[in-house]
Amino acid sequence: MSEYLLLLVSAVFVNNIILARYLGNCPFLGVSNRLDTAVGMSMAVVFVITLASAATWIVQTYVLTPFDLEYLQTIAFILIIATLVQLVEMFLQKSIPTLYRALGIFLPLITTNCAVLGVAVLAIQNEYGFVKTIFFAFVSSVGYGLALILLTGIRERLNVAPIPVHLKGTSIGLITVGLLALAFLGFAGMVH
Amino acid sequence: MSVAREFTKGLWDEIPPFRLVLGLCPTLAVTTAAQNGMGMGLATTFVLLGSNVLISLLRNVIPKKVRIAAYIVVIASFVVIVELSMQAYFYPLYKVLGIFIPLIVVNCIILGRAEAFASKNKLLPSIADGLGIGLGFTLSLTFLGAVRELIGAGTLFGRYVMWESFQPLSIMVKAPGAFVCLGLILCLMNWIGAMQKRRQG
Repeated sequence: MSEYLLLLVSAVFVNNIILARYLGNCPFLGVSNRLDTAVGMSMAVVFVITLASAATWIVQTYVLTPFDLEYLQTIAFILIIATLVQLVEMFLQKSIPTLYRALGIFLPLITTNCAVLGVAVLAIQNEYGFVKTIFFAFVSSVGYGLALILLTGIRERLNVAPIPVHLKGTSIGLITVGLLALAFLGFAGMVH
Repeated sequence: MSVAREFTKGLWDEIPPFRLVLGLCPTLAVTTAAQNGMGMGLATTFVLLGSNVLISLLRNVIPKKVRIAAYIVVIASFVVIVELSMQAYFYPLYKVLGIFIPLIVVNCIILGRAEAFASKNKLLPSIADGLGIGLGFTLSLTFLGAVRELIGAGTLFGRYVMWESFQPLSIMVKAPGAFVCLGLILCLMNWIGAMQKRRQG
């Protein structure tokens, strides 16, 4: 139990996938302008990362490793993720239209979110078991959501702040992320 | 636009990631030293060139509906080539770049060029575009790496260059330094762009 608790603290605060591991930055800066979009994106990311890590773990353990095909990992994983995102989109559209309306527009964006592939590869590299992989993927993506929502809150305020003209947009956004990362650096050393 | 123009636009007008703000993850992650940035840039250039060539040649064959999936497979194949060759010939660099080599697949610059340029243009302009954007990316990464290495460790390409009493600001080679440094460079680019525009009237 304490092992999972440590993993939770480590993935959400110490090794936050955006602020410490630099994964998924492009959509992070792209959708952090309005709070409702950020919440929708976070939910979609949690959903897809957890599902994708489970699927890639199964393929890695039962297909790639037994047949000595580890060098195909990159191609296999990205195809699984792309297919999965497409499937999830079609499934939601048919079965849960309310959720589809909330997440729909974010799903295609997620295929090229490197956090999805990154978390899947990290889980394999760390040699986690199946349950631990799912847990790791879930808490990592929750960390992503937390960072995204925090940044959006700050950026909504920045919109009305007097900022030097050349710093506007992505530039001040990145500096804000830097300060956020500095705050999160305070958690370093809590867990390895 | 001429072929030469396609090449040079990647070096200044559309230089990634400063003007074309894409591919931020590798930019931030691997630029702890100038050398790492350069290695990552060259690996990306190779993949970008390869995928641009192949996608430009196949642009009339790939059906429109499945084009993104087809592009991703093409890009992923080149990434595997890079991954295996680096593992064989540049093992220390391979270790440093780690997870970010397979992640070249999801670098949005490459998919972006495939979708926006190579799928609509002939072979020669696509080669020029791939080389230009790739080299621009390499230059940017090397520059960002050099700045961070110089302030964060006092070295440049692994050699100590600062004066003796210099105190390295180690935050620069950590995550916050990466974000702030890139943010300030973007600001500088905006300022230079505005100056150029004013001069042209």
